[in-house]
Amino acid sequence: MSGVCNASGAADAINRRVLALLSARAPGASLGMDSTILADAALDSVSVMDFLLEVEDAFDVTVPLERLAGVKTVRDFTAVVRALQEDGA
Amino acid sequence: MGLKQKAHAAKQAFDALKALGRDPTSLTFDAMSGPTEGMLDRRRVALFGTNNYLGLTFDPEIVGRGVRAMRDCGAGTTGSRIANGTYADHRGLERDIARFYDRRAAVVFSTGYSANLGLLSAIADDGDHLLIDGDSHASIYDACRLSHADTVRFRHNDPDSLARRLARLKGSPGDRIIVVEGIYSMLGDLAPLKEIAAVKREAGDNVYLVVDEAHSLGVLGDRGRGLCEAAGVEADCDYVVGTFSKSIGTTGGFCVSDIADFEMIRAFSRPYMFTASMTPAASASARAGFERMQALPALRAALWSTARRLHAGIAALGFAVASAPSPVIAVVLDTPEQAVRMWNRLIDAGIYTNIALPPATPGGLSLLRVSASAAHRPDQIEAALGAFGALARDFAASGRAASAA
Repeated sequence: MSGVCNASGAADAINRRVLALLSARAPGASLGMDSTILADAALDSVSVMDFLLEVEDAFDVTVPLERLAGVKTVRDFTAVVRALQEDGA
Repeated sequence: MGLKQKAHAAKQAFDALKALGRDPTSLTFDAMSGPTEGMLDRRRVALFGTNNYLGLTFDPEIVGRGVRAMRDCGAGTTGSRIANGTYADHRGLERDIARFYDRRAAVVFSTGYSANLGLLSAIADDGDHLLIDGDSHASIYDACRLSHADTVRFRHNDPDSLARRLARLKGSPGDRIIVVEGIYSMLGDLAPLKEIAAVKREAGDNVYLVVDEAHSLGVLGDRGRGLCEAAGVEADCDYVVGTFSKSIGTTGGFCVSDIADFEMIRAFSRPYMFTASMTPAASASARAGFERMQALPALRAALWSTARRLHAGIAALGFAVASAPSPVIAVVLDTPEQAVRMWNRLIDAGIYTNIALPPATPGGLSLLRVSASAAHRPDQIEAALGAFGALARDFAASGRAASAA
């Protein structure tokens, strides 16, 4: 039971941190888990790549570019980060 | 996104540029009168936006050998390297390049773009890891997609960022293939290759280093071999990729290596196998180009002298220049609109430069890319600096007017 709680706590922490990093790049945008990274945060392809490098270093994971296919929302993205963290754990 | 949506987005972007003057995406040169001069909009322009670093495109020996090969062997080969498209000059060119680099073997491709595609897709596969510099050329990104390997980006010119990513791969199977460029085409900065080679050495076995010397062949190193030679790390560079379409003055690409079985990529590199080989004129010109580059080291000295003069002159006018002196001098401007206006004004003044706008630029910068050539004449260099000077004065004046208002 406590494992489940910890897992969900860890997921929340990832969500919060990713949102904070994204919000810092999108001043003025009101972003949530269902916001799209390209449209809602209005990041161009260069900023998306810089954002990705920032997240990689923040969580000590590496996100292969191929894993980003199909990622649109913040929720999609944090799911990839979480899966990579679990793979590496 | 289908054609309709893509076309709509592109039209919108182009219309915005055209509203400010010429459309940079559909420029046509009516005639060329030498390596550094052409006709554009019925105006004679000095060319400061090319990759003609050694100015060899009109070299009589190179042109003559190309013309002769075309007469003797035809306008095209009509076949791929693995079928009927390998002629004596293709093999000869590969031998010349291997000898020039003192390496076991070279493989020639039809373009520089296909050299990156052909090499990386052949040496990396599902389960391998390509670690590429974030500012890599599109051909490297496209090669990664063709390879089926995992592609990981590291921060531009940051050996620590590369080391962290290599460390995270510890324990996972597969080759690690690091890809960097000698000189980056847009900003003109050099890779910290000595440090990157050290990171590679420390990362252990199954780690390979690919260096794309497209913009540094003939430009760096005592013999012109590129950054690997200049940085003294040739032994760490497992594969060197290059092109004939810059310093060599024609078109085509190559990879050279000491790795055993490297040449076997001819049997499974799709961009090598499934396209027509270099034309007889191009392969003969490339052989002549390599010879001229080696016979005329003074061209490299002239190139650097021009590069330093342009870099110092443009910086002295108050323009922000992206990197230390190199044959690519990237002038960083505040906005895309400012870049387009200046680019148009320079053409009006008879100076052609390359314009590079976000999102196709590193860091989303708006750039005027000024390239140096060994063939630039002193009067052309002074004319270019004069045109930049006039721009600096006008824009300073309009800036003052704006702040006064």
